[in-house]
Amino acid sequence: MNHLRGVYTIWYRDILRFWHDKMRMISSITFPLLFLFVFGSGLSARMGVLGPGIDFTQFIFPGIIGMTVLMSSFMAGVSVVWDREFGFLKEVLVAPISRASVAVGKTLGSATVALLQGLLILLFAPLIGVSFTASTLLVLLPLMFLLAVSLGSLGVLLATRIRSMEAFQATMQMLMFPMVFLSGAFFPLQGLPAWMNIMVKFNPATYGIAPIRQIILGTDPNLSYSYNINLFGQTLTVWNEVAILAIFGVIVILLAMWSFSNQE
Amino acid sequence: MKDYIIKVENLVKRFSELVAVDNISFCVEQGELFGFLGPNGAGKTTTINILCTLTKPSSGRALIDGLDVVRQQSQVRQLIGLVFQDPSLDERLSGLQNLRFHALVYSVPASVREQRIEQLLKMVELWDKRHNKVQTYSGGMKRRLELARGLLHHPKVLFLDEPTLGLDPQTRNRIWEYVLELRQREGTTIFLTTHYMDEAEKADRIAIIDYGKLIAIDTPGKLKKVVSKDVISLKTDDNARAAEEIKVRYQIEARHDGDGLCFEVNNGEEFLPIFLKEFSTKILNVSLRRPSLDDVFLKLTGREIREEEVNDQFKTMVRQHGRRMRR
Ligand SMILES: Nc1ncnc2c1ncn2[C@@H]1O[C@H](COP(=O)(O)OP(=O)(O)O)[C@@H](O)[C@H]1O
Ligand SMILES: [Mg+2]
Repeated sequence: MNHLRGVYTIWYRDILRFWHDKMRMISSITFPLLFLFVFGSGLSARMGVLGPGIDFTQFIFPGIIGMTVLMSSFMAGVSVVWDREFGFLKEVLVAPISRASVAVGKTLGSATVALLQGLLILLFAPLIGVSFTASTLLVLLPLMFLLAVSLGSLGVLLATRIRSMEAFQATMQMLMFPMVFLSGAFFPLQGLPAWMNIMVKFNPATYGIAPIRQIILGTDPNLSYSYNINLFGQTLTVWNEVAILAIFGVIVILLAMWSFSNQE
Repeated sequence: MKDYIIKVENLVKRFSELVAVDNISFCVEQGELFGFLGPNGAGKTTTINILCTLTKPSSGRALIDGLDVVRQQSQVRQLIGLVFQDPSLDERLSGLQNLRFHALVYSVPASVREQRIEQLLKMVELWDKRHNKVQTYSGGMKRRLELARGLLHHPKVLFLDEPTLGLDPQTRNRIWEYVLELRQREGTTIFLTTHYMDEAEKADRIAIIDYGKLIAIDTPGKLKKVVSKDVISLKTDDNARAAEEIKVRYQIEARHDGDGLCFEVNNGEEFLPIFLKEFSTKILNVSLRRPSLDDVFLKLTGREIREEEVNDQFKTMVRQHGRRMRR
């Protein structure tokens, strides 16, 4: 009971703050949209098809959704560092709610926001000629949420150890951009140079973006095609990928809960 | 044996080399207004942080209402209210939202929540501003909001860490009115730290702390008896010679106090006229006063507590300013 209340109150406050901050909503989707339309329009003609009837813009669309979710979910960590900087974290740490539940609440708060932003991007699907059904959406939502929770808890974990805003932001840049660029968001996973192949396979975001792409672009029987990851000579299924992402997510969130409880 | 609400036994806190709290023991009774007095860096905040479960002690133990602050953290947290030395509000939310958050976290029953919030916001005169974001509040308003928040869940013990630091005299008085009123009405135990002497005098008992060590603990009245005598301050055109003359004539060691001297005598009213008649160094001005806690502190530590004050306020200002800039 105590734990649920903690998760809920922390989640609620982050949502409330986000609601007050409409600029953040707009600014955080302009960058991905710029990417989608500028890169998409600029490169589509040259890149040819990257799947059955799939041009470059359509190919990167799921990647852009994944990128939006990933970048937005990292805000969980920023929010912890921010609260520490402005003193509010002390109010939270002396409150009679467990610290593990604070870590979870922070993660879920930013994951909710990330999900909303991912959905906003999804609304642009018709503009680039991608169609999806209600049942696709039903599979997509939990998948996006899982990606957001897994990477959001990584942000929280880092925030328990990296105290200053400056250091945290620097770490985030160092982590976030490689994670986005080496996730297959913008290119097919086949035929990569060996070093890149290894990094892509080690990147947890890869296991969120591949299934998102498969579900958005590859489930229509007319367009059926595999965008999945090839690991040790085996092509994974969507479920394999989700399982790998989930295992990563569970480990990181447990670490984040533990680390949050053991900080001064 | 009496029931103590706060019990501290041989508490030590080390930060690598530095001993911030050095083997402190004391008890606070239920309903007491207990003051922790000491200069900047004495270890007051560190002690409060240990008592409110934010920092783990290096050794020793502390109990709040019989509950151990290390092993029974969550029960202790429910019992205490806090006003931190540094701001701890969510500036992006309104005053009302800050209090609602607090009520939720401390499970204040929904049936009394709104009514209590209204009552407290009216008490600290922020009811009209309740929908404004905390960002727009002045320093004094923020402090008052924090005080209201600290009381919202009816804590048994309220910790106030330098609650009036950096505030103007009017706001300081206002905050003191609330604190004294609260104590009268609810019988809340109040643990307060300050380095303002005049504030410490309002406490039932005071502990004086310096370099992490507890050097005295008693009622303000009894502490002043340490100095037991009246204090004469004087300015002369040659302080060194005057000090020498006082030593020779009365066998009293005078202390340098700012650009003057001061010394203690048993019966000031009778001493002063004689002194003025027979003293040969030229006196520029002279005053006689009853001992204050300043004198007690000076006597016990050989230093003035006031010296740091200006410096300290400046630091607070710079810090708050710096934060604003970074945003
Ligand atoms: N987290 C910390 N790490 C290292 N030193 C600290 C820390 N917190 C406080 N100190 C040091 O401990 C001493 C006591 O500090 P503090 O309790 O804040 O004093 P006060 O509140 O009486 O001004 C100071 O010398 C301070 O620099
Ligand atoms: Mg302090």
